[in-house]
Amino acid sequence: MNNIVFGQYYPTGSVVHRMDPRIKLLAVILYIVTVFFIKDYTMYGAILVFVLGVSCVAKIPLKVLLRTVRTIIFLVLITSIINLFFTRGGKLLVKWGVIKIYSEGIHHAVKLTLRLILLMLFPSLLTLTTTPMELTDAMESLMKPLKVIKVPVHAIALIMSIALRMIPILMEETNKIMLAQKARGADFDSGGVLKKAKAMIPVLVPLFVGAFRRADELALAMDARCYSSVAKRTKYKVMHLSVRDLVGGLICLAVFTVVFLNKYLWAFDSMILALFK
Amino acid sequence: MPIKFDHVTYEYPMEEKPVVAVKDVSFEIADGSFVCVCGENGSGKSTLAKLMNGLLQPTSGTVTVDDKSTATEVEKELFAIRQKVGMVFQNPDNQMIASIIEDEIAFGPENLGVPREEIGERITYALDAVGMSEHRHHTPYKLSGGQKQRVAIAAVLAMRPEVLVLDESTAMLDPKGRAEVLKVAHELHAQGITIVLITHFMEEATQADRVIVMSSGEVVMDGTPEEVFRDREGIERYDLELPIVDDVAAALSQQGVPIEDKIYSVSTLAEAICRSK
Repeated sequence: MNNIVFGQYYPTGSVVHRMDPRIKLLAVILYIVTVFFIKDYTMYGAILVFVLGVSCVAKIPLKVLLRTVRTIIFLVLITSIINLFFTRGGKLLVKWGVIKIYSEGIHHAVKLTLRLILLMLFPSLLTLTTTPMELTDAMESLMKPLKVIKVPVHAIALIMSIALRMIPILMEETNKIMLAQKARGADFDSGGVLKKAKAMIPVLVPLFVGAFRRADELALAMDARCYSSVAKRTKYKVMHLSVRDLVGGLICLAVFTVVFLNKYLWAFDSMILALFK
Repeated sequence: MPIKFDHVTYEYPMEEKPVVAVKDVSFEIADGSFVCVCGENGSGKSTLAKLMNGLLQPTSGTVTVDDKSTATEVEKELFAIRQKVGMVFQNPDNQMIASIIEDEIAFGPENLGVPREEIGERITYALDAVGMSEHRHHTPYKLSGGQKQRVAIAAVLAMRPEVLVLDESTAMLDPKGRAEVLKVAHELHAQGITIVLITHFMEEATQADRVIVMSSGEVVMDGTPEEVFRDREGIERYDLELPIVDDVAAALSQQGVPIEDKIYSVSTLAEAICRSK
């Protein structure tokens, strides 16, 4: 925790970084929906090209982007193996004892892998190009209509931003407490899972006590600066949509529309197959 | 007369027996003065500070700010008082809500409903006043204690207070950070802001207009630094630790070194000794 920007933020100052976080957030939501509608390889390929294209524009190195997939590699492996062995349909390719692999199984496994990886990649691009603070602001702005049904939008956004601010402070405190306990002979590194978990108790108790004390003082400081959740406040930072945002938004929209059109009208796959016949 | 205490008593409500933190205290703080409140831990000096802007309301007696009592339930009146009497606390990490310094400074004016354009001007003014302008777009996490505390002062300044209460704001800082904060406090005082400095470091009192010494919830000494420091009996009785320079000066004059009877800093004392020959 020695960097000012925690999370995954990867600053390159590209166009994508400077885009309105609200547009980016909306694009990611639409993207996730879109990915679930993809059924054929052509479109998986097209979306993959789109994602890689965006990461190129954002100047995010491929290595950094692919690193984000590492976290779900087990999930991908397990689900695709299950699909491989348990899907029935199509030609029987391999029969070895109880294990039977059908052609449908292979298709399922490959498509699922592609889908999971795609689901990971684009949202990762969002967090790589947007600071947590910008995301909080975007969420607050997008949730504004919920004020009508009495959702405390501003309070939620404030809670998120305070939580973000406290993460590095609490991490530092955890380190300090662990060092203090180690200095008195605590052992965090040996023993099984249960023993290790037990060793964390003397760290967690002071951490929690400290966190509550901080919360108390913070509330006092906010009171001293006239914070009220009900009073009308002004907002210093206002987000503006620019041409850049419109263009970016339209490109995303166009790509997603193609996927939908393909599913319901065109069916590229069969067209391409027809070409090869 | 900005702040006036009239027979103020404050008791912390405890289950068995209420704890009296401030006992029948009366004094006034004049416009444009630099008042230092000293005392041991538990002498009630921090409670005194929180009574000044209505964070605590007196159990009996009245505290008035510009002739308006702090004992009000009306949020608007309380906010008017807290806008006039700004407060900086001890731990800089526990009084900041935002992850970007600019946002942190904007928080107070936003709460007051200051128009957007003016908030920008206020941020510029406040950061300039504490000499932190170049950090405007950075995060407070990376700053030194003294710098963080200066940001906290700027955050209060942006609310355009008449009085700045520093509630042990130097207690957690190293000597360098302490000097930074004191320098800012004196600069602001020169600009006409009333400063109330709560501290247990007596050397911080040397440059004040007035020193108030608290002990067990009562004001036991009140006067110019000369008057208070000269009262050896009182100093001993309330276990105050005079700055070492002052001890040296007193010892020298007892030994017959002809130096003027006043309060010195290290450099002025050295000069006086050189001149005395």
